[in-house]
Amino acid sequence: MTDSFRVTLVITLCALVLGCEREERRLNSQQPKGPQQMVTQVSLQPGPNVVADTEEGAFDDNAQGTTEGQILFAQMNCSGCHSNGGGGMGPPLMDDQWIYGSRPDQIFATIAEGRPNGMPAWKYKLNNQQIWQLVAYVRSLSGLTPKSARPGRDDHMNVKPAPMQTPNAKPKNSQSTTP
Amino acid sequence: MTAPLPIDQTFDTATVARVTAELDATWRERPGFWGWLTSVDHKAIGRRYIVTAFLMFIAGGLEAAIMRTQLAVPENHLLGPDRYNQLFTTHGTTMMFLFAVPMMTAMGIYFVPLMIGARNVAFPRLNAFGYWTYLVGVVFLYVSLFANTGPDTGWFAYVPLSGPAFSPGHRVDVWAQLVTFTEISALCVAVNIIVTTFKLRAPGMSLNRMPIFVWAQLVVAFMVVFAMPAVAAGSTLMLATDRAVNMHWFNPAEGGDALLWQHIFWFFGHPEVYIIFLPAMGMVTPIIETFCRRRVIGYTALVMANVATAFFAFGLWVHHMFATPIPELGQSLFTAASMVIAVPTGVQIFCWIATIWTGRARLTVPMLFILGFFFTFVNGGITGVMLASVAFDKQVHDTFFVVAHLHYVLIGGGLMPLFGAFYYWFPKVSGRLLSERLGKWHFWLFLIGVNVTFFPMHALGLDGMPRRVYTYLAPTGWGTLNFLATLGAYTIALGVLVFIVNALRSWRAGELAGDNPWDSSGLEWATSSPAPPYNFAFPIIIDSVHPLWETNVEHPVVTGLRTDRREILVTTTTDAVPESRHAAPDPSIWPLYLAGCMALLFIGSIFSPYFVLIAIGLSVFGLLGWGLQSTKKIEPELVQLPTGAMVEGA
Amino acid sequence: MHSVFSPASAQARIVAHLWWWMFGVGMIVWLGVTLAALYAARARRGERGANGLNEVTPTVRQRTERGIATATFVTLLILLAFLAYDFTAGRALAAHPKVATTIRVTGYQWWWDVLYEDPDPSKQVETANEIHVPVGETVQFTLRGADVIHSFWAPNLNGKKDLVPGYTTALFFRADTAGVYRGQCAEFCGLQHAKMAFYVIAEPRPKFEAWLAAASTPMQPPTDPKLVYGQKVFMSSGCPLCHSISGTDARGTVGPGLSHFKSRSTIAAGTLANTRQNLTRWIQNPAAFKPGVRMPALPFKPAELDALVSYLETLK
Repeated sequence: MTDSFRVTLVITLCALVLGCEREERRLNSQQPKGPQQMVTQVSLQPGPNVVADTEEGAFDDNAQGTTEGQILFAQMNCSGCHSNGGGGMGPPLMDDQWIYGSRPDQIFATIAEGRPNGMPAWKYKLNNQQIWQLVAYVRSLSGLTPKSARPGRDDHMNVKPAPMQTPNAKPKNSQSTTP
Repeated sequence: MTAPLPIDQTFDTATVARVTAELDATWRERPGFWGWLTSVDHKAIGRRYIVTAFLMFIAGGLEAAIMRTQLAVPENHLLGPDRYNQLFTTHGTTMMFLFAVPMMTAMGIYFVPLMIGARNVAFPRLNAFGYWTYLVGVVFLYVSLFANTGPDTGWFAYVPLSGPAFSPGHRVDVWAQLVTFTEISALCVAVNIIVTTFKLRAPGMSLNRMPIFVWAQLVVAFMVVFAMPAVAAGSTLMLATDRAVNMHWFNPAEGGDALLWQHIFWFFGHPEVYIIFLPAMGMVTPIIETFCRRRVIGYTALVMANVATAFFAFGLWVHHMFATPIPELGQSLFTAASMVIAVPTGVQIFCWIATIWTGRARLTVPMLFILGFFFTFVNGGITGVMLASVAFDKQVHDTFFVVAHLHYVLIGGGLMPLFGAFYYWFPKVSGRLLSERLGKWHFWLFLIGVNVTFFPMHALGLDGMPRRVYTYLAPTGWGTLNFLATLGAYTIALGVLVFIVNALRSWRAGELAGDNPWDSSGLEWATSSPAPPYNFAFPIIIDSVHPLWETNVEHPVVTGLRTDRREILVTTTTDAVPESRHAAPDPSIWPLYLAGCMALLFIGSIFSPYFVLIAIGLSVFGLLGWGLQSTKKIEPELVQLPTGAMVEGA
Repeated sequence: MHSVFSPASAQARIVAHLWWWMFGVGMIVWLGVTLAALYAARARRGERGANGLNEVTPTVRQRTERGIATATFVTLLILLAFLAYDFTAGRALAAHPKVATTIRVTGYQWWWDVLYEDPDPSKQVETANEIHVPVGETVQFTLRGADVIHSFWAPNLNGKKDLVPGYTTALFFRADTAGVYRGQCAEFCGLQHAKMAFYVIAEPRPKFEAWLAAASTPMQPPTDPKLVYGQKVFMSSGCPLCHSISGTDARGTVGPGLSHFKSRSTIAAGTLANTRQNLTRWIQNPAAFKPGVRMPALPFKPAELDALVSYLETLK
């Protein structure tokens, strides 16, 4: 009897040592910074550059952030051009072709700065946290983020498999300066 | 080990000593840690269940204390919403799935074989498997809680909030699989209780001579068999697959329905509370009989009331859904059913009061808890009848009024008799008595604490305070009553602490109890305290509901069961006529192994389907081992009945 | 203020009446059973028979059994009486005359969208978290859940109704007394379930009509330079992505509409009083007041924020 208690105690103490990044809910307003260097097409840029200290996606391995990105994707009408990831007026986001790069900071730049031929600039409309959440979601659409952190299906009509079911992927073609 | 009393006078003490020594060698556990892992003794497993479930009670209580501290003042900053949501979910899940049901059924696992004069339950290895699976659930939930993966959508996990769109990550998957483990464990126990009660009773213990405690456990076991699969279908099948593999059970846009979850969950959820409550009702009768020194009035009425309650319990579930868009005509049916179920419960209460009235009550601690049960449970029962009214329920549904009601019935109707049962049967389990002095402190602190905590909550609910809120604004005026409720919660904690001190001290150094310290009538008091591994050296032949109170009657025993291998006597279902001798299994590691496979299967399924395949493969190995162990035994032998009551075998 | 005990509508009055009856009878039953149990515990009837057990005479035994039967019968009668009363109350609650106003309420995480329906679209009024109703007339609510299950509950006015995604449900009441009544979401809906309140303001018909007329008027463009700047800050940052202001180009539907925002008494679904200071602090950092809320903290400079708040303060 005391043995089972001791065993349980040991297992529990081990668990305390483990954190769980995936399940973290970031409810405070600490803003993760934007990427280090913007991937620019030309040297002329509107507005000041957004500067940050990381290349990694702030929410890539965080389930709540990725799902908030899914919610933002619907609310900000990204589907208007990208059609739930399948593309239309804008390029598809579920495939492995990344015109401007698939790295988190590159996608951040795409969303924040906008791109030629119609991608709007969101950098003064959404704050950094929201853009990073969108980055995580967009990357999850093609299987680039850890599988356990990707969102499941949403409560709408099933137009594509949930990112959780998307196979893990490696991006292939990329015309960006760094792969 | 002393021989059971009374015993046929044709046996001399030398024969009895030889038989008991041989039985002791055959039935005792293997030595050391391995013996502890492989035990199939229902008393060892029952003890483990009781201790683990009590630890879960403490854990759930600590969670409640932290929640009450957060709610003591408006806009408190002890817990943020995320932590609070995890805490109240874990509190509810722990108390309902990991404490209440396992504790109540564990009392059955420990005491039913003793009360019916059997050596063990019908399926000892299944019993062990049930415990290990339950332990897997306990460890899984609490490791997840500390790893920030604890569930946070309530113990009822309504969709769409608990669906994939609004509960990211694996928190709700932890909840869904925890339900799987507890449900498998409960089914193992239920199957065991049903078959044990029907087939292993002592000769002569026909169904109408079975103790009320055993009747209650039997009825509850049937309820488990019908209710648990519903929640398994809902959570393991539907919710888990919605979240993991893109099913649409609860997605309205694709033809699913959010209310489907509620129906399936509450079809289980309402019988669940009666699964918690009815075993406690079974504990009240023997305590009253013993301490009022008389046989209970209305044995048949009590049994019928238990059965009726169990039937009605399955027809009430929509009263949890009165605020949802269900047609009102349908809702009224459930109003009627929810009110009518008060009648069988009332019958039981009136029979008990009549028994006390015509007896001579001795206010020991168990009897005090029975009086506390009347005071507290009846209050909860009345608010329950109020809640049955659709019009009134629409005002107080999902408010603190319901929190008050549910705690009054679960604590008053479940916990009070349970504590009384602890004081009453502790001597049988440990061989020592609990301290009456500390017990009285425990009782009064507990009774006062429960009422100070939960009575103000009626007013809070009527004043507009909803449930499951991590804080409330100061201008609402809810601060004073909340503060009072928090003080009450600390009082409850103090009372439980007194009990823990009492139990720990008495286990080692309490007054020695002997076989039958209370001079009770049940068969469990006819063997030593604690009972030997084989419970009874010879199965006793019964001729009344209160065998130990019939002193002027001879109690012949059954002889001839083998002592060189584990053997039990199987009797017929209604009249308990000896039917066959059945080999009982030796200690086995396969239950633990298979529980480990279950763990791999269900926990792994959250992450990848491959775990399911691997676990099934490993399980096959375990099932083979289990099955091959059985085939080493000889087939049960049919018993030829000579004239007379004695049965002699080879 | 938000109590079942202070009914302000015909419907809530029926329920309060039912409650007091149930409370009275229930109290008597509870006292009766408790006192019977306590008295029984002290009673010393019968005498010690065989084996030290207490036995009573057959007459006493018979009377006791009859007592049990009587008590059971009385229980059944009380329950049947309750049942009958409940059914009549239910029928009374279900009956409603023709409806004066229809309001569509949609529950979001964690705010209430309120739309006053009208066949003429220009007369429709969309607001959030605050509902004006005319006194003395039955108001019908059409309830929808947008994301998860919420529950619409104003205790002074009626029982609650769940807003379930995939269903459209209905609720109605007739407010009999003018006043401000608080309600709160009553179905656990996530992180900020605790701070999802709303206010129902019952006022006489003329006043209600005046409010409705004012509320359907588009906002006038500001003229003061600071306010013009403030509106520019609003339009050029992320605000119009989620919020709408009638008479401007802001038409976001993700968050609560801000037309006539200053006429509401609270911010953030009843969380804060609608003062300048609260508004400033809320916009600066919504998560400080409602952790988990989806409204972002946009990086305004102090001058921008000041102008923005001044502009919002003009939205009466």
